[in-house]
Amino acid sequence: MAEMIIPSILETIYMVSVSTIFSILLGFPLGVLLVITEKGSIWEKPLFNKILGGIINVLRSIPFIILMIIVFPISKLIVGKTIGTTATIVPLSIAAAPFVARVMEGSLKETPKGVIESSLAMGATVPQIVFKVLIPESLPSIVSGITLTIINLIGYSAMAGAIGGGGLGNLAIRFGLYSRKTDIMIASIIVIIILVQGIQFLGNRISKIVNKK
Amino acid sequence: MIKIANVSKVFENGKTKLEAVKDISLKINKGEIFGIIGLSGAGKSTLIRCLNRLEEPTEGKIFINDLELTSLNKEDLRLARKNIGMIFQHFNLLDQKTVYENIAFPLRLEKLGKKQIDARVNQLLEYVDLKDKKNNYPSQLSGGQKQRVAIARAIANNPKILLSDEGTSALDPKTTKSILELLKKIRDEFNITIVMITHQMEVVKEICDRVAIMENGQIVEINTVENLFKNPKTKVAHSFINSLQGNVEEEIINPKNYKGKIIRLSFMGDSAKKPIVSKVIRNFNIDVNILSGNINKLHASSIGNLTLELIGEDDEINNALLFLKNESVHVEVI
Ligand SMILES: Nc1ncnc2c1ncn2[C@@H]1O[C@H](COP(=O)(O)OP(=O)(O)O)[C@@H](O)[C@H]1O
Ligand SMILES: [Mg+2]
Repeated sequence: MAEMIIPSILETIYMVSVSTIFSILLGFPLGVLLVITEKGSIWEKPLFNKILGGIINVLRSIPFIILMIIVFPISKLIVGKTIGTTATIVPLSIAAAPFVARVMEGSLKETPKGVIESSLAMGATVPQIVFKVLIPESLPSIVSGITLTIINLIGYSAMAGAIGGGGLGNLAIRFGLYSRKTDIMIASIIVIIILVQGIQFLGNRISKIVNKK
Repeated sequence: MIKIANVSKVFENGKTKLEAVKDISLKINKGEIFGIIGLSGAGKSTLIRCLNRLEEPTEGKIFINDLELTSLNKEDLRLARKNIGMIFQHFNLLDQKTVYENIAFPLRLEKLGKKQIDARVNQLLEYVDLKDKKNNYPSQLSGGQKQRVAIARAIANNPKILLSDEGTSALDPKTTKSILELLKKIRDEFNITIVMITHQMEVVKEICDRVAIMENGQIVEINTVENLFKNPKTKVAHSFINSLQGNVEEEIINPKNYKGKIIRLSFMGDSAKKPIVSKVIRNFNIDVNILSGNINKLHASSIGNLTLELIGEDDEINNALLFLKNESVHVEVI
């Protein structure tokens, strides 16, 4: 059994970690933009803010399974195929990016208004406020947001397994559902639970360590 | 020098309009500690925030020295702000940064060299007496220590002006005193102009040279602090003076309840030491009844107030009043 589970674990870790990185690369800047272009913020662009917010909401409301099928052409363009572990990274990243944007928006907004004002009073530029105030001040909350994103991606990756992705979800469905090998299905589920718990625990610890408040 | 010329600020929230600052004109001299006192909602914060355009004035002009701040574009305003330090009621420190990094923050914005920053931060740490807290985080400091960090940060770039929006309002009386002393030291040593917003008369009494009293978005009285204590013109001024601990509510003295003439004497500095009341009793054929009295220690002098009832012939009383006026005592007949 181990020889089947271990490769699946590695596939899941591969899919989740790479798509975490890509979704943050995509979503984090969007989260920053959402915060600073808001009315009354440091780089006010109300119309842009509304449009961006709207697009993010639309993307977030598309169920993942459907999104995955919609982005098949993009997957094909980027990785050359539509099924398999690497191909799944594309829809995973695109699905998680708007989620990351909203989560990061929430984190960055936790910086008290007064702290931003005092930076403005000191003559800080917009990029200086973003990189020296907003991001460092919300770091603990950003870490929690990333933890949440990884856990979400583990869930998504299991779903992706159902329609041609690899990993633990695929294993559980292939053996548990189609071949009625419940022991492998249960083992896969237990591994997923351990993964989620472990990441949550680690995320909480890191968030606490970086928090000086 | 700061010049505020016909500044108004209107907040528009949908249909409702709120005029928080109404056509205020004011001149604040270089090196002066200028107080602006008023009750909550009077518009003090809005006014002081117009001074560095954290709030954009709806109308009017702000001059800092000879520079018209209100005419600057965004980038020039940003640069001009480096000459205007500001501290706040809730300190607004970076919680995730050490004391050292908080003070270094404005210097890092200037992209100064590491050595230069280090030298300046250590100098400031010494100045505000926080050398041993250098590596602590704000959450590990008391309120007074946090405000010291904020002050060090505000003066790091050697600004010409320091704005304080209720800078001592979150502090206990003893800590307030020490922060006020620090601000006074900064003014005396660097000749910085300090504008202090407060709702506490103690602050005005302790360090201000002049004070403006704000009510409903307007300045209703503007005076040197000495003259304000000697002869407050408005009701608000009276009630602020009476709000000081140990000062008797003067409003309770109603002349109708007394058969004699009620007068209020204010004297300052040396005249406070003369035996004026006993001279009046000895020289004039009148009786004197003391109704209330107090002494306020201001930063440069003391102001005494004494409310008396004079009983006797009108002629004698008028002579006594004339005598008092010659003794450089301010007399007000109530
Ligand atoms: N950003 C704002 N939007 C709308 N109204 C405001 C805003 N800031 C202040 N006000 C209003 O302006 C008035 C003056 O407020 P403020 O200047 O904070 O008074 P103070 O500092 O004297 O307590 C108050 O009625 C307050 O509610
Ligand atoms: Mg206020």
